[in-house]
Amino acid sequence: MSREIKFVLNGAQTCVAIEDDWNLLYLLREKLGLTGAKEGCGRGECGACTVIVDGLAVNSCLYFAVEIDGKEVLTIEGLAGADGTLHALQKSFVSNGGIQCGFCTPGMILSAKALLDENPQPTEADIKQALAGNLCRCTGYVQIIESVEAVVDKSSGDINAVVRETGDSD
Amino acid sequence: MKKFKYLIPKTLDEAVSLNQSHEGSAIYVAGGTDVMVKIKSGKLAPDYLISLKHIGVGSQLGVNRETGALHIGGLVTHRTLETSSLIRLQYPIIHDAVQRIGSTQIRNVATIGGNLVNAVPSADGAIPLIALDARVNIYGSAGERTVDLVHFFEGPGQTVMDRGEIVTEIVVPKQPSRTGGAYQKFGRRAAMELPLIGVGVLITLEEGSNRCAKARITLGVAAPTPIRTLSAERYLVGKEITENTLNEAGKLAAEESRVRDSVRGLAWYRREMVEVLVQRMGVKCLQRIKETEAL
Repeated sequence: MSREIKFVLNGAQTCVAIEDDWNLLYLLREKLGLTGAKEGCGRGECGACTVIVDGLAVNSCLYFAVEIDGKEVLTIEGLAGADGTLHALQKSFVSNGGIQCGFCTPGMILSAKALLDENPQPTEADIKQALAGNLCRCTGYVQIIESVEAVVDKSSGDINAVVRETGDSD
Repeated sequence: MKKFKYLIPKTLDEAVSLNQSHEGSAIYVAGGTDVMVKIKSGKLAPDYLISLKHIGVGSQLGVNRETGALHIGGLVTHRTLETSSLIRLQYPIIHDAVQRIGSTQIRNVATIGGNLVNAVPSADGAIPLIALDARVNIYGSAGERTVDLVHFFEGPGQTVMDRGEIVTEIVVPKQPSRTGGAYQKFGRRAAMELPLIGVGVLITLEEGSNRCAKARITLGVAAPTPIRTLSAERYLVGKEITENTLNEAGKLAAEESRVRDSVRGLAWYRREMVEVLVQRMGVKCLQRIKETEAL
């Protein structure tokens, strides 16, 4: 059965005809030409297909395309500015050696973005927890964690720490 | 991969009647993280998937003011439980378990109802809920019924649910004061791992003493279904909770477990870890009771 769905893809209203049995990864790669999200394992273990749906990192290979109707999807293609300026996370992965072969990178960066949007001052443990579902076969994990840590806003973190302490003493 | 049609009912009754009209060729789907994998691998080949995501019930998470019971809708995701301050502060035993199920990506989508109906022996989500005496509300063409979660599982992949029934809600009764609980998933890796063994302990202390009023010791991967170890629980009730009594309870729980050898680990090792972890989780229960009282 073919049906039409409407959703916001990387900031742009999108209307597309899909089949019921398509998953989001298939829709993105094969029908919309967005090949940033990759198929690694196809079963929710490697995270190479990670995209952000309504603010949450999900495995697009296990997400029914039909369920995207009315939602907002962000893929790695939508992360840089319109003029091509890289997002801070992308710059950080480049400058900190967070990229080796690059296959896991879009998923890593989107998982990291979902984390930072929710928690701008994650600890190293928070970062590891958030990236646990993203495997890097080059095993460049140390640089990947460092790449994320490098964009954590340290200055506002101090301010938050003070606020938290004040709150605790109440 | 076999093609399927994806049906989107708007009410619970519509979902049930769609299932009836496609008897045998339809399955319900919520988050879909397990169903999709099984369809891709050919283990499931339905003609119809009936989505439960838009039926308007099952997404609630909160405490009923009158009864004090915690209500968790079947469609609540693991991530919602993980990030809920209610769960983290008042039901840390649930938080212990849900934060280590799958990955963030999976937890963002996978539902607690789906976790229960899959009935894998390792069911991390179920172990703490059984320790909390949770009940499951199930809805089908014959109406609604309630089952104690400890009696919900019948074997690997098997539950008491009849064809066409849906888990609408999990209800955790109000716990007595001075209750503390803790769960430990024990595996070879810190992340993306199924447990070698899962141990949940919940202890209620009598007012003004360290004597045990109620105990629950629940195990995952220790039998074909999640289990309570009744001899260990009975042993603790009425006794002072000390390192010694917890050690003894650990031994009894290990004896009562029906662990076996598998690719993930050997039975003797699992048995030893039950003993160790029951004791450690017991100590954590006491700590948590103290922390709550210090607030």
